[in-house]
Amino acid sequence: MSDDRLLSPRNPWFTGSVGITVILLAATALGGFVLLPYAQPDLKLAGIWDAICSAAGVPKASSAADPVQPESKLTRVVVTSALPSAADPEAVGRGATLAQQCAICHGPTGVSRADSPNLAGQYAPAVYKQLADFKAGVRVNATMTPFAVNLSERDMADLSAYYAFLPRLPGFHPASDKPPPRIVINGAPLRNIAPCGSCHGVLDNKTGSPWLEGQPAAYVKAQLQAFASGARRNDISQQMRNVARRMTSEEIDQAAEWYASQPSTRVHTQ
Amino acid sequence: MLSSRRLVLAHFWLAFAAFGLALLLGAWQMFIRSPLHTWISNPEWYYRSLTAHGTVMGYVFPTLVAMGFGYAISEVSLKQRLVGLRWAWAGYWLVVVGAIMAMVPVSLGRASVLYTFYPPLIGSPFYYLGVVLVVVGSWIWVALMSVNLHAWKKANPGTSVPLPMFANVAGSYLWAWTAVGAALELLLQILPVAFGLRSTIDAGLSRVFFSWTLHAIVYFWLMPTYIAYYTIVPRAIGGKIYSDTMARISFILFLVVAMPIGMHHTFADPQVGAGFKFIHSAFTALVALPTLLTVFTICASVEIAARLRGGRGPFGWIKVLPWSNPIMLAVAFSFVMLGFGGAGGLINMSYQLDTSIHNTQWITGHFHLIFGGAIVIMYFAIAYDLWPHLTGRALADLSLMRTQLWLWFVGMIVTTFPWHWVGILGMPRRMAYFDYGDPAVATQAFSVTLSAIGGFILVASGGLFILVLVRSHRAPREDAGAYRFAEALHAPVAVPALNGYALWVALMVGLTVTNYGFPIAQLALRKDTSVPAVYVGANP
Repeated sequence: MSDDRLLSPRNPWFTGSVGITVILLAATALGGFVLLPYAQPDLKLAGIWDAICSAAGVPKASSAADPVQPESKLTRVVVTSALPSAADPEAVGRGATLAQQCAICHGPTGVSRADSPNLAGQYAPAVYKQLADFKAGVRVNATMTPFAVNLSERDMADLSAYYAFLPRLPGFHPASDKPPPRIVINGAPLRNIAPCGSCHGVLDNKTGSPWLEGQPAAYVKAQLQAFASGARRNDISQQMRNVARRMTSEEIDQAAEWYASQPSTRVHTQ
Repeated sequence: MLSSRRLVLAHFWLAFAAFGLALLLGAWQMFIRSPLHTWISNPEWYYRSLTAHGTVMGYVFPTLVAMGFGYAISEVSLKQRLVGLRWAWAGYWLVVVGAIMAMVPVSLGRASVLYTFYPPLIGSPFYYLGVVLVVVGSWIWVALMSVNLHAWKKANPGTSVPLPMFANVAGSYLWAWTAVGAALELLLQILPVAFGLRSTIDAGLSRVFFSWTLHAIVYFWLMPTYIAYYTIVPRAIGGKIYSDTMARISFILFLVVAMPIGMHHTFADPQVGAGFKFIHSAFTALVALPTLLTVFTICASVEIAARLRGGRGPFGWIKVLPWSNPIMLAVAFSFVMLGFGGAGGLINMSYQLDTSIHNTQWITGHFHLIFGGAIVIMYFAIAYDLWPHLTGRALADLSLMRTQLWLWFVGMIVTTFPWHWVGILGMPRRMAYFDYGDPAVATQAFSVTLSAIGGFILVASGGLFILVLVRSHRAPREDAGAYRFAEALHAPVAVPALNGYALWVALMVGLTVTNYGFPIAQLALRKDTSVPAVYVGANP
């Protein structure tokens, strides 16, 4: 009654079960690896081995031609939690010195009077990513690009640390008790638009996304339009372009104006 | 009767307490994404709740039921004291610690990755470590079941292993092997990223590893239910098992073919070759076989009971069945839900038909009907049947038990039928919010509302279930006699193949190698298959 005698070719249970399993496996493999590939009219096969490799998921050898280059440069910044975010006092100090050249547009305290983004208290990974993209030519702006090309890796990290360190000062906020627009809170699921607020503040914040409360309406609007037209392409996997393209111009106005009207002290998930 | 009854009770109470809490979360989710409630304006709360609901219902609850029931089976059916009682308690506490460790980061919003992990989403490492501890705790149970069986075999050479224990150990071996997939995913793929040692993850390989676990885990959930079908139901209604051999063949078939079929969960995934998807699809069709055998055998066993009670005619015997007996009611409801759920499953496993319902609410409806319906209703039956023997007090109020089972059955049908329907209409799953004001989904508002009402009925039934169990602890003491399992019509003959597992475990491992070996090796060896991890709840 030991199991040893069971595992012998003379035991009918052994031969039966192993035999049936092998036959089933062979039959399904024949179906999946040979018959099915040949049953697909669009699949060009060089022979049976090619059919088997194709069904097994072996990638086809790439052609000898150079890979097609994208029309525009792609961002190389990988947004992870490893991006600079800790406020090292030394980095903040160096960043403060470097930031003097930014003050003319972004304000001496990081609060802009020129419809440029307010950087005071902006998340370090968000500032870092934009600087790196300007430097690499992935995002282009006549004013920003000449500043960014000369920045070293360390300069960009220090500037990000400095702006993250600055207190968020309230900008100009006309009193408003308007409820948040639907696009900010609900998005538009049927058009595949996630709520603005689930990444950019109000509901939640995601690594690499800037918070938007109190940012100039003209700036937010211009960026959404640039994403929609494809003039700006440094978003990861087209996330913002896909959203902006499907937004109506009313929704763009509503989102930009509502965010601009919010004090920058709203809750952030830190 | 049971020397380990404190152990079994501890497992059951923890299982049902966790189940009760997760049930409330589930109903809340149904409610807030239905038209009955305005949008909560924060999807994060929804996904947090969803992760907790899935983790408890998928890992903690059924594992504890299988473990507790397994210890009871070992002691009752082998008629020997449980070997390794201290180890069993150690396993229990590992599950407790693991469950708490996993739930803390989830409730803090640090691990809203859903219970299926969904890499490249990465949450707090404590969540994954907690799940690992739950699995390790259950592996202690697997080892103990094996040890107890071997001790018994040594003392009873040449005797046929009692059917409940035979099935129980088959279930434990299935779980031991199927959990390896998720364990590999957690240890090799997810945890290094969660600890910050790597910032990219091979999401495709992780999904293949998870599919190794994801389907057979359903059969692990199913095992206590099938054991109850065969070994509790016939005895409880005064009949006998129609065929002991058929039962054993069903359990070994589950052992062999439940495992190498998981890739039907990755039909839409580009990283797996179409040939392997076809093989997995075909083998999934085979797993219907042990279920059909079981349905036949149990219907025959029930008919035996009816004929013994004087039932006549081709269908007239159904009337004389003891319908006032909660176990009879539970098995009938379970079969109805298994029938509908199984029919839906045939759509999911078909390589072609699956495309029309892939990632829709149909899938969520399907697994709630099968697991929450057909399987869990038998967990209730198991608890009702064992409880007087565990507490030494009678469960007096049969009508309350019948009401509870009726509510669960009706609630599950009302919940899952509209759920399937909106899935066919194309409503996607894993969505926190639907805009019912939009004409495209406005027509589905009624079905979703109905579904949510079903969820409330289920909460009422879950509450009644806990009430029945709590009340029994206050009932007067009463000796329930020795616990026994159903007997077969013909006493089992010891056939080596149906008395051990070596051959079947070898086939299970062999089929895993043939059906998973190449896709895993291919993805593991290629260097260009990783993507950046997306950290959930990380500091922005």
